[in-house]
Amino acid sequence: MAAEITPKRKGNIGDWVFFNLTRLFALVTLMMLGGIIVSLVYGAWPAIQRFGFGFIWSGEWNPPMERFGALIPIYGTLATSLVALVIAVPVSFGIAIFLTEMAPAWLKRPLGIAIELLAGIPSIVYGMWGLLVFAPVFSKYIQPMMADTLGKLPIIGELFSGAALGIGILSAGIVLAIMTIPFIASVMRDVFEVTPAMLKESAYGVGATTWEVVWNVVLPYTKVGVIGGIMLGLGRALGETMAVTFLIGNMNVFGGFSLFLPGNSIASALANEFAEAESPIYTASLIELGLILFFITFVVLSLSKLLLLQLTRQEGSKT
Amino acid sequence: MMNLRQQRKLINRTALSLALLAMVFGLFWLFWILLTTLDLGFASLSLKLFTQMTPAPGSEGGLLNAIVGSLLLVSLGTLLGTPIGIMAGIYLAEYGQHSWLGSVTSFINDIMLSAPSIIIGLFVYAVYVAQVGHFSGYSGVIAIAMLVIPVVVSATSNMLKLVPDSLREAVFALGAPKWLVISKVTVRASLAGILTGVLLAVARVSGETAPLLFTALSNQFWTLDMNQPIANLPVTIFKFAMSPYKDWQEIAWGGVFLITIGVLSLNILARILFRQKHRS
Repeated sequence: MAAEITPKRKGNIGDWVFFNLTRLFALVTLMMLGGIIVSLVYGAWPAIQRFGFGFIWSGEWNPPMERFGALIPIYGTLATSLVALVIAVPVSFGIAIFLTEMAPAWLKRPLGIAIELLAGIPSIVYGMWGLLVFAPVFSKYIQPMMADTLGKLPIIGELFSGAALGIGILSAGIVLAIMTIPFIASVMRDVFEVTPAMLKESAYGVGATTWEVVWNVVLPYTKVGVIGGIMLGLGRALGETMAVTFLIGNMNVFGGFSLFLPGNSIASALANEFAEAESPIYTASLIELGLILFFITFVVLSLSKLLLLQLTRQEGSKT
Repeated sequence: MMNLRQQRKLINRTALSLALLAMVFGLFWLFWILLTTLDLGFASLSLKLFTQMTPAPGSEGGLLNAIVGSLLLVSLGTLLGTPIGIMAGIYLAEYGQHSWLGSVTSFINDIMLSAPSIIIGLFVYAVYVAQVGHFSGYSGVIAIAMLVIPVVVSATSNMLKLVPDSLREAVFALGAPKWLVISKVTVRASLAGILTGVLLAVARVSGETAPLLFTALSNQFWTLDMNQPIANLPVTIFKFAMSPYKDWQEIAWGGVFLITIGVLSLNILARILFRQKHRS
């Protein structure tokens, strides 16, 4: 519905003032984005000039020698988010199926609310819980078990080798997964509910099972929205700071591809080092890391938004 | 050899059991996190937490300065961000739906809603802290306001779009100018929704740590001077939880307890408010 009507009338001074005031604040909101990009580029300029494109693929992070490269934080950011998605996507899919197709009506609301509340808990709570409660349990019971089972497999075994420290890329990824599940699950639930009941009923009518309805009717109908929801979760995971900072171990040296190893992500490098960076080039390099992070999340979130918009548009045309 | 019917039934049962398992898995973490937070947090609750300042390692203390600092930062940030957000939201819903400014702003606003909050901190550092040369409460307020704005913008514009056009037309027919129609009728009709959005924004920013790390920083001592670094709960929790000292960690659990309870009650309050309005 287009909620926008302006009857033709002679100029009203109140209207003019009010219109321009609201437009000004809309511009302010828009300018925030422009301001962020300009200020980050400006702040990172010394590092951009000094290291050029090599900054992105240099793995060296050596503040005393003033040599900086973004490869390790970029790797850490992508690896933790990937671990998070591998866990969160199937679980969220299951939760969305449960909430839309299986749960009795009286359970739907409370469970949906519980999942949404999980999304509201501040990330510092996840981080502190992860470091002080989860990490000890993880290193004592789960990591040795993983090393004995998954670690013995060819190829992927290497990912689960090494000392069980409790902290590291894997445990940061797991806590990140717990944080992203509510986001992805609630978007998936919402888009599943967009599927017209008539389509589902037709499939049930010809004898399809619940799973066949989900897999062959609901999912194809909503796949754009589902991918949009996953991208939204990815965008959140990439930029998440506190949960990762507590658990990733903040190591700036690359020791191998094992997920048990500590590492560093862009956001946690910023959180840990920015306030203490002494030299201007150190600060500029950290700001350039921020710029890279902003660029990656901006692309991911734009894609997510476009996909979700596409679903809303097709909703109008296909039913 | 299974026939097709049995096979389909088996697949269906397996898939649905896995979905049930996923639900249990999700709730399992919720309960684990909430229970430890309540358990350890409740154990460290005491009068000292609310009456004493943050201590040096090894001595006793509380969180008084951090609690007051957080309240100050969040309320000032909300006061600064809410009007901007509401005005921008009004533009998006009432004027800009078909203009380039409207569509670009609402697209960008949705991205800012999920953009990494640490980048906001970096931005405020670059344009404010680095210019004046020191960390301060004011910079923390700006960072928080910038996080409040996108939430309020999207709540306002979504709620205004729900107001039926017939209501607007009725008031226009009485000869009211558009700005009166908006401020006296449509905004009032969607007030509960907008308020819900503001509450959710407060809930979101009160736990935000990353944007305060390079703006408000932290302060071990009592201060109300917003031009100085000011203590706040999230950064204090971060510092204390990462420390090896047992008494600091205990205080951090107390802080996490307060934040979790606060955020959850704000979320629940927002829901109740929204539901009541929409039932009547």
